[in-house]
Amino acid sequence: MSAPLIEMRGITKVFGAVKANEGVDLSVAPGEILGLLGENGAGKTTLMNVLFGAYAPDAGEILVEGRPVAIHNSADALAAGIGMVHQHFHLAPRLTVLENLLIGIPGKSGRIDRARGLARLTEISRQYGLSLDPNLPVSALSVGEQQRLEIIKALFRGAKLLILDEPTAVLAPSEVDGLFAALRSMAAQGLGIIFISHKLNEVRALTHRCVVLRHGKVAGRVDHPAETTSAEMARLMCGHEIVPPVKEASTPGAAVLTLDGSSTAGHAGTPLRDVSLFVRAGEILGVAGVSGNGQRALADVISGMLPPRAGTMTIAGKTVTQFSPRELQALGLGRIPEDRMTTGLVTNLPLADSMVLPRIGTEAFSRKGLLNPAAIRAFAEAQIKAYDIRCPGPMVRAGALSGGNLQKALLARELAFDPKVLIVSQPTRGLDIGAARFIHEKFLAMRAKGCGIIVIGEDLEELLMLSDRIAVMYEGRIAGTLTSADATVARLGLMMTGAGQTEEAA
Amino acid sequence: MSAVFEQIFQVGFLAAIIRIATPLAFATLGEMFSERAGVLNLGIEGIMLLCAMAGFTAASLSGSLWLGVLVAVLVGALMGALHALFTVALGLSQHVCGIGVTLFSSGLAYFLYRLIFGQQSVPPSIDGFKPAPIPLLSDIPILGPAVFNQFTLVYLAIIAVPLAAFVLYRTPWGLSVRMVGENPRAADSAGVSVIATRFQAVILGGALMGLAGAFLTMAQFNAFTFGVVSGRGWVAIALVVFGRWDPWRSAGAALLFAFVDALQLRMQASGLGHIPYEAFLMLPFIFTIVAMAFMSRNAVAPSALLKPFRRGER
Ligand SMILES: Nc1ncnc2c1ncn2[C@@H]1O[C@H](COP(=O)(O)OP(=O)(O)OP(=O)(O)O)[C@@H](O)[C@H]1O
Ligand SMILES: [Mg+2]
Repeated sequence: MSAPLIEMRGITKVFGAVKANEGVDLSVAPGEILGLLGENGAGKTTLMNVLFGAYAPDAGEILVEGRPVAIHNSADALAAGIGMVHQHFHLAPRLTVLENLLIGIPGKSGRIDRARGLARLTEISRQYGLSLDPNLPVSALSVGEQQRLEIIKALFRGAKLLILDEPTAVLAPSEVDGLFAALRSMAAQGLGIIFISHKLNEVRALTHRCVVLRHGKVAGRVDHPAETTSAEMARLMCGHEIVPPVKEASTPGAAVLTLDGSSTAGHAGTPLRDVSLFVRAGEILGVAGVSGNGQRALADVISGMLPPRAGTMTIAGKTVTQFSPRELQALGLGRIPEDRMTTGLVTNLPLADSMVLPRIGTEAFSRKGLLNPAAIRAFAEAQIKAYDIRCPGPMVRAGALSGGNLQKALLARELAFDPKVLIVSQPTRGLDIGAARFIHEKFLAMRAKGCGIIVIGEDLEELLMLSDRIAVMYEGRIAGTLTSADATVARLGLMMTGAGQTEEAA
Repeated sequence: MSAVFEQIFQVGFLAAIIRIATPLAFATLGEMFSERAGVLNLGIEGIMLLCAMAGFTAASLSGSLWLGVLVAVLVGALMGALHALFTVALGLSQHVCGIGVTLFSSGLAYFLYRLIFGQQSVPPSIDGFKPAPIPLLSDIPILGPAVFNQFTLVYLAIIAVPLAAFVLYRTPWGLSVRMVGENPRAADSAGVSVIATRFQAVILGGALMGLAGAFLTMAQFNAFTFGVVSGRGWVAIALVVFGRWDPWRSAGAALLFAFVDALQLRMQASGLGHIPYEAFLMLPFIFTIVAMAFMSRNAVAPSALLKPFRRGER
């Protein structure tokens, strides 16, 4: 292959006591798609942030087309032809697509050069098949479109190397195909791409070569990902075999949560329309569907954040329709929200405080109206150990955790209190396969203990593996419910598009 | 009653509105630039006072009014830089630093004024700006004498509004300002220096506050007293919210406030003397509170307002 586009040599980056990267070597050739793999907290994002100039490395050097360059900030990185699509997007929602594109671009005779911006936008959309309406505010874009905007932004600035940090974690399966087509076309036209993902089948389908990180160091390299099994890659990542959990047969008990004819109105997103469902003790109900079909409203109604306009809800036979989130929680409802950064943990608080937040007033964590810091800390420490949350300690700011570790902290927070009913959205989004397995095992263990679990997700393989029954949501309704014996990816996929409605005695 | 109304609505009334609105417009635009970049500047009240004093002193010592204006603008910019140093460079609390800047500037203004002019029974005054009628335009009936027979600083304020809108919405720098106020991380990853942009916006804001102060002592009152600003800075902060952080709307808000203020001045002067004048004085402020209560409900502040930016923190 030709001379590398980008080469990183001996990169080391230390945060306090954590060695996030240690002597990492990595290179990307023009036209190459490099996969970057590793467990949560392995240092992937940190390494890419070093390349993009957000962090100064403690040791090591970066070469662009054979020449050493000093990258102190994003401006330097952009000038060197490096573009990055972050795990959490860097967009201003209230500004338009074009304004978000033109930020930092010099104007023409003192004005913003709209004409040139529009011309470049058309050019990029023709070249790579990525198009967007330039005048829409970013807040009107879907997550997939926002990601497209981030990619266009990088190309706009003449990126020769594009870094994508877990781009598929936020996409619906159908959107992933579009992204991959665009990435392949970019690589075919000579761009280098670094692709981070925890989904090994995606990595095998897309990348030409992989680098695997473990505890900040390169643990291995994969030269032919397409011919390597996921199990092999997983072993490189975790250092040991990952065995899929076994779902044991169970006889579900009485219904622990029911919704009967629930409808909502007057909120953002798709409303619920006459949704009835139930989950029994010792049962996992999967809720499949393309996101944006009412899943958000469903989770909000069940957790008490959104009072339904019609319908009733019961927990363990008790009618709880207009209960507050706190009251529902007291009845044994646990919720793991979809958006861990905003509704999940408070990123500016210490991790320990964030982990007890929903129960901060209970006697477990406070005495006579005063917080009990020792108990809070002890609880957090225990959970950090039990869930293998990689972090410097319980008093670190929650925001400093890697994406996957944040998710583990949220799960730990809810599961620690033995909920009777648990509602989770996208439980393993952004988790490495080891951690995902661990979470799956936890769910199955909860199920064995008689907890009723509702899992909302888009990953059909995961839903099929966990669920006893799967309900499919389409346009705010339950399009049908299948038992795990009847459900297949193909059948669910069909129902998710609104075709072939199957009404079973649910 | 009708006599009262006649007395109120004359050409002089319109002219008074424009005159009262001018310092408010400067101050409001200044605060708006600062807040659009994500920095609340509660130092505004003190900065206006210090600039009013500095401009007045420079003008009265040198005899040049425009030198006075220049000094006021420079002092305003300097105080803006001081506020930015604390809140942008050091990332300290914008509330605390803003109040600190106000206390410091006010104290400094009192101190220097006493030092320079000493204790005098009659406060010294200067020969302030004179109205500079614009040929032809000032002959237009009603509008002419009201709008085009004003101080040059008034014209400057009238030009400043479209200029501010142009800078904010049409120039790359204005886009950077809006971006660092909405999502500094996005600006940073696009290669824009968040720190530099915020510094510039707060300094520009301070300079505009300086103009507001200069207008008070060199055109409106022609003297410096310790009550010369009397809450106009705080009002400007409210007007920015009322104007939804937009130059046109903010100027409109300033005009509306000026209208109510001019109205209450006339009412004080016109036969309604049995009502204590303090009641009239309250009017514009009551108006602000009510207007704020209605208008600011769906006003959305710049997302990153009050949030310091530190690179590499997540
Ligand atoms: N700004 C920071 N301050 C302190 N520690 C940090 C910071 N950024 C990252 N770390 C730590 O460095 C390690 C590597 O984090 P990083 O985000 O690079 O992991 P990752 O491989 O991207 O994981 P994930 O797959 O979960 O996104 C983690 O232990 C994390 O807690
Ligand atoms: Mg990461």
